[in-house]
Amino acid sequence: MSQPDGVLVVGASAGGLATAEALRRKGYLGPLTVLGAEPHLPYDRPPLSKQVLCGQWEPARSQLRPEAMLSKLDATFVLGDPAVRLDLSSRAVHTASGRVLAAEAVVLATGLRPRTLPGQDRLAGVHVLRTLDDALALRAELLSARRVVVVGDGVLGAEITATARSMGLAVTMAGPQEAPLAYQFGPLPARLLADLHAANGVELRLGAGVTGLSEQDGRVTGVCLETGEVLPADVVVVAFGAAPATEWLSGAGLLCDNGIVCDSHCRAAAGTYAVGDVARWHHETLDALLRLENRTNATEQGVAVAANILGAAVPYTPVPYFWTDQFDARIHVHGTLRADAEVSVVEGDPAARRFVAEYRHGGAVIGVLGWNMPKQARLRRQVVGGTVGVGGKS
Amino acid sequence: MKVSVDQDKCCGAGTCVLLAADVFDQRDSDGIVVLLDEAPADPLHDIVREAASVCPGVAITVDE
Repeated sequence: MSQPDGVLVVGASAGGLATAEALRRKGYLGPLTVLGAEPHLPYDRPPLSKQVLCGQWEPARSQLRPEAMLSKLDATFVLGDPAVRLDLSSRAVHTASGRVLAAEAVVLATGLRPRTLPGQDRLAGVHVLRTLDDALALRAELLSARRVVVVGDGVLGAEITATARSMGLAVTMAGPQEAPLAYQFGPLPARLLADLHAANGVELRLGAGVTGLSEQDGRVTGVCLETGEVLPADVVVVAFGAAPATEWLSGAGLLCDNGIVCDSHCRAAAGTYAVGDVARWHHETLDALLRLENRTNATEQGVAVAANILGAAVPYTPVPYFWTDQFDARIHVHGTLRADAEVSVVEGDPAARRFVAEYRHGGAVIGVLGWNMPKQARLRRQVVGGTVGVGGKS
Repeated sequence: MKVSVDQDKCCGAGTCVLLAADVFDQRDSDGIVVLLDEAPADPLHDIVREAASVCPGVAITVDE
């Protein structure tokens, strides 16, 4: 094992923390710094759209580790100070407050920034959901709102929709797909999701693009669709995707193209690695560049990068996995789904809202979807090992 | 080493079972974690620490 003279992790969320923990677990004893843009100790993002948003959890419950455990890590946490520039030759990161942090190995784990609609930043009542502060600001407004429109029919949009509806609000979901997650799940599970949301009283306005927001006196009043319809709203949540947070790397000499482009060892340049949502690396088994926006990838990639920093030289070839909770549905996906795959139910019954479906493409099983059957879906995970289809992000 | 699990936080991924099937299992009905061995033997310590670190639901705590 090689022991670099200092490791700097840029990003203090799940991926950054997993990298730091794995370095220590694997025996790295040198200086370790974790730099975070947000002022908070590392916290978990999946609960933000669910337990934290609905108030079931106090924000502190989303913290990834108790402070005592973070102390044991023997790492310096520099929080509330975004990275603004990377000097690749000296592996020095400059921060907004003027700090300069340098290390022999640098890990880039800066995550994503939500996409926004033109003009939304200057309007009251329009929200995105990426950070804990975003979730708390949205929750504060939902508590007094009546009508919410969620712009976005992907995982995050559908989860926010379900949570807001379960808080008793009138909720409309808008987005371009025929049903939530249709581009990813294909017709059968997406139709079941649409039915689930409709049965719980969600108004679905899908299949029409959103063109903008209507406003009055600086506050949003509705969402405009390409059909000409305006969906009235007290509060609008914009959750239609996010972009890798790489703008601070412009001019650094790294290739950034839909993420930080890395080799199969998740290395962007000598001594420089990327982890999590921001990393687009060469998946050797698929022979393709892949970027995964999911929680499990953040930690698994952190573990892989820690090993490679210490000299393991192992390619990172995960089977992608994510889950989503919406109303009473807990959906687990192993592998990669695509809408044009051949989908067959291999266990359970969709009518009973409890089943496992296999996705086949090009003669191979590329993914498995479990609907309220987590264990059974996981047990079929091995059939997608090594044959993951390339179908966009997971 | 003492392992504990928070079934309320568990998301049912089964990551822990994939790493350490002697220590963790999932309920058949809803996939929630079941702790098989709250004091695993020494050879399992490294992998159990990893399971706690990578658990996507942050549902596993290791005290040592």
